[in-house]
Amino acid sequence: MDDLIVRTVTKWIVPFIQVYGIFIILHGHISPGGGFSGGAVLGSSIILITLSLGYKKASGIISHNTSALLESGSIIWYVLIGIVGIISGNNFLTNRGSGFYMGEVGDVISSGMIPLITVAIGIKVASTVITLFHTIIEED
Amino acid sequence: MKKIFFIMTLVLLWGLMVASIVQMPTSGDIENPSYNITTHYYINKSIRDTNAPNIVSAIINDYRAFDTLGEATVLFISIIAGSSVMKNTYGNKKEKKVD
Amino acid sequence: MEILRGIVDNINYIGALTLFVIGLYTVLTHANLLKKVIGINIMETSIFLFFVSIGYLRSAESPIIDPTRADQVFVNPLPSALILTGIVVALSVTVYSLSLIIKIYEEYGTIDLNEIMEMRGNLSDG
Repeated sequence: MDDLIVRTVTKWIVPFIQVYGIFIILHGHISPGGGFSGGAVLGSSIILITLSLGYKKASGIISHNTSALLESGSIIWYVLIGIVGIISGNNFLTNRGSGFYMGEVGDVISSGMIPLITVAIGIKVASTVITLFHTIIEED
Repeated sequence: MKKIFFIMTLVLLWGLMVASIVQMPTSGDIENPSYNITTHYYINKSIRDTNAPNIVSAIINDYRAFDTLGEATVLFISIIAGSSVMKNTYGNKKEKKVD
Repeated sequence: MEILRGIVDNINYIGALTLFVIGLYTVLTHANLLKKVIGINIMETSIFLFFVSIGYLRSAESPIIDPTRADQVFVNPLPSALILTGIVVALSVTVYSLSLIIKIYEEYGTIDLNEIMEMRGNLSDG
C-alpha cells in the first residue's frame, strides 16, 4: 500500500479522527456515544496508520508494551473506582452514595463516576483493538 | 445438487421462523411486554440517580457497571487467547514441525 | 390479510431473520474459511438487529433526556445497553478464529477446507 494519495490523506485525516474519538469518549454521558464507540474510533485511527504507513510507524506511535500497559492499567483503574464504593461503606461500584462529584445535569464534569469509567473503557477498547490487530499482523 | 438441497432447507427454515415471527407482539407498540417496569424505572429515575442525560450510558456505567467490568474481562481474555495462538512461547517453530 | 398485516408490522424482525439465513447459507456452502468467518459475522449482526428491534417504539426519541422538556417518549434503552456485551463477544470470537486461520495457513499453505481435508487424508494413509 505504497500510494502517495493514501499516505497524504492518512497524515491529514488522523488527527481529526482522534479528536472526534476523544470527543465521543468525554461526552459519553450527555450525548450519543460512550466508551466503546469512542474507543473503537480511536483504535481505528491507529489501524489506519498501520495499514497505510506501515507497522514500524504505528509501533513508533504506540508500542506493544505501551498498549499492554494501558490495557491492564485501565481495568485496574476501573476496579479502583469500584473499591471507592466499598471504602465509603456501600456496595461495589456505588455512584451517588460514595461521594463522587455529581454536578449539574448536562455538564461535562458531572454525574459522578460515569465519566471516569467511560474514559477507562475508552482507553481499554482502543488499546485492545490496537493490540489485537498488531498481534495478528505481526510477522515473527 | 448439494447447493439446491441447502437452499431448500434454508428456505424451509426461513418460512418456519417467519411463521413464528408473525405471532409476536407488534413491533413499535408501547404495550409490548418488553416495555416493562424495569424500562420505566430506568427512564423515570436515571436523572435522579445518576445526573446523566444519556440513559444508555447511565445503564451500562452505573446500574449495570459490574456487567461492563465483565465485558472488559472478555476483552482481556480475547487478547490472551489471540497472543497464545499467534506467539511462539515454547521453543522454535522448526522443532515443533519435527514432532 | 391478518398474516400480511403481521408481516408489514414486524418487517424489522423478518429482515433480521433473512440476514440470519444469508449468513447460515454462507457458512454452509463455502469451503473457504475466511468466508465462513464472514458468514458468522453476518449471523451475529442479524441477532443484534433483532435484539435492538425489540426495543423500538414508534414515533419515539433516542433515550437522551432533555431536562427542559417533560413530554418526551423514549425507545427502550435496555436492549441497546445489553447488546454491547454481544458486540464485544463477537469481536473476540472473530479475532480468535482469524488467528487460528493464520496458523492453519502457515501449516497447510491453504485455507480451503476441502484441500485441507484431502491433505489430512493423505497424511493418515501414508
